[in-house]
Amino acid sequence: MTKYLVDGTILGQRSLSPDIRVMEIKAPEIAKTAEPGQFVTIKTNHLSVPLLRRPFGVAGVDREKGSFLLIYRVVGETTHLMETLKEGDSISILGPLGHGFDRTHKNALLIGGGVGLAPLHFLAADYPGAQVDVLIGARTAKELFWTELFRDKTRRQIETTDDGTWGIKGMVTTPLPELLKEGQYDCVYVCGPSPMMRAVVDIVRPTGIPCQISLEKYMGCGLGACLSCTCSGIGRRVKVCKDGPVFWAGEVTAW
Amino acid sequence: MVNAEMMKRLSVKVAGLSMKTPVTTASGTFGFGLEFADFVDLNQIGAITVKGTTLKPRPGNQGQRIVETPSGILNCVGLENPGVEVFLKETLPKLKQYDTRVIVNIDGDSADEYGELAAMLDVDGVDAIELNISCPNVAQGGLAFGTSCTAAAEVVKAARARTHKTVITKLSPNVTDITEIARAVEAAGSDAISLINTLVGMKIDIHTRRPVLGNTMGGLSGPAVRPVAVRMVYQVAQAVRIPIIGMGGIASWEDAIEFFLAGASAVAVGTANFQDPRLAQTISEGIASYLIENHFDSIQDLVGLALPDR
Repeated sequence: MTKYLVDGTILGQRSLSPDIRVMEIKAPEIAKTAEPGQFVTIKTNHLSVPLLRRPFGVAGVDREKGSFLLIYRVVGETTHLMETLKEGDSISILGPLGHGFDRTHKNALLIGGGVGLAPLHFLAADYPGAQVDVLIGARTAKELFWTELFRDKTRRQIETTDDGTWGIKGMVTTPLPELLKEGQYDCVYVCGPSPMMRAVVDIVRPTGIPCQISLEKYMGCGLGACLSCTCSGIGRRVKVCKDGPVFWAGEVTAW
Repeated sequence: MVNAEMMKRLSVKVAGLSMKTPVTTASGTFGFGLEFADFVDLNQIGAITVKGTTLKPRPGNQGQRIVETPSGILNCVGLENPGVEVFLKETLPKLKQYDTRVIVNIDGDSADEYGELAAMLDVDGVDAIELNISCPNVAQGGLAFGTSCTAAAEVVKAARARTHKTVITKLSPNVTDITEIARAVEAAGSDAISLINTLVGMKIDIHTRRPVLGNTMGGLSGPAVRPVAVRMVYQVAQAVRIPIIGMGGIASWEDAIEFFLAGASAVAVGTANFQDPRLAQTISEGIASYLIENHFDSIQDLVGLALPDR
């Protein structure tokens, strides 16, 4: 699939929580071709600081309008710069990169933690199967804007918070075994911090339900050239940026 | 776009290697070239220098392999590559479809291994080999060859004896006197020199209180190292007669011009490929415009103009 390097135009952005923003960017090439699970890399300036482009999973597209969404947490240099961008400002976009989610299943359970929910938001909006449920892992009730984002795209939203300020107290793994028993899911899709994904895979695997994970690793080029983001697969080395970021849970052995 | 008039001024011969433009790619930053085909017309760059290739496949280093530092990056990829046999069988036929030069960067554990690799790569489709005697990220070989005149010369001789291709030796900046090594590899029969490889550096995470990189130390590249690279090209240009391919933090045509003035006959774009994947091609346009505006008929007229005897 063709990849593009384009200057996108910021259409707007707003706060979803104290440190999470959603940004809409006009970039028709990306909006028309991106699939759920794919990502773009961003550069906000032409300077050598920050040097590397930063990867973000595409959080949604409006194919007619020619725009796409990014949901990001303000944590480092690039995201601090992104936060200052105004409507009409330009931003360099490289993408769409990598391979997205397999969408050939019927009933899906999406499980996400933090901004790992961003690519799942795109998946929920563009899932051809019969029903989609989402299990949302948040730190506190402040992050439960996710429920609103998923409400019109999923049949059911189940929330957990670390501090118990909303939904089930605990982590996504707390309600998961019960959900898998009753949910009749054909596929589980996970995106979030690695320990969370490992814990989810450990619970899903014995059930035999196919499970896809979306990995994140520090990347250099995003094009499969620099080999900064490789990990071990079955009988081969895999590149998170090019062979992933979405893998079947058994496809990668160490991540 | 680079027109015919521009192309004429840009063509250069580095030892036996005729290049359409004086721009290649730094090994490890451009994969095998094919990864960049969506952004670069591979026919329009002087040469593709491919990822470091070894006799056997290598998985590379464990743990985090890259981290950003001020105006630079540290990497400890550790020469992950599929091995020379896979390169010859699967990658080279694809590269042959492009009208460009192919420089294969090779790395061995011993002088004999460099010789064996050179012999295996003495085939149609390969135009030059670049001896990587300066990788800071591998346990054996690598940097050890690049910091000793005797060991560097042995590697060059071993490769030289078993190939008809242009032999380029890539020097490490992690030495007290870069000119000593440059003279040693020239005397041993290297046709050209490329420099610089990365500078050894490290970063510590103040929260975990551990080194960030899986291999503790890594190689620093990017604009942060450019002044060091320009200085070393300038020194080596005065020490040897063989041509130099200059590299180290080149991110614009202006940066490239500096290297030509310091004595480089050609340049390589490295880390900047990650910022702008078109750069290996577009940088030539800026170089050509500079030549035209300043009334230079050829890039070769620019080489070494900043040297003290010019």
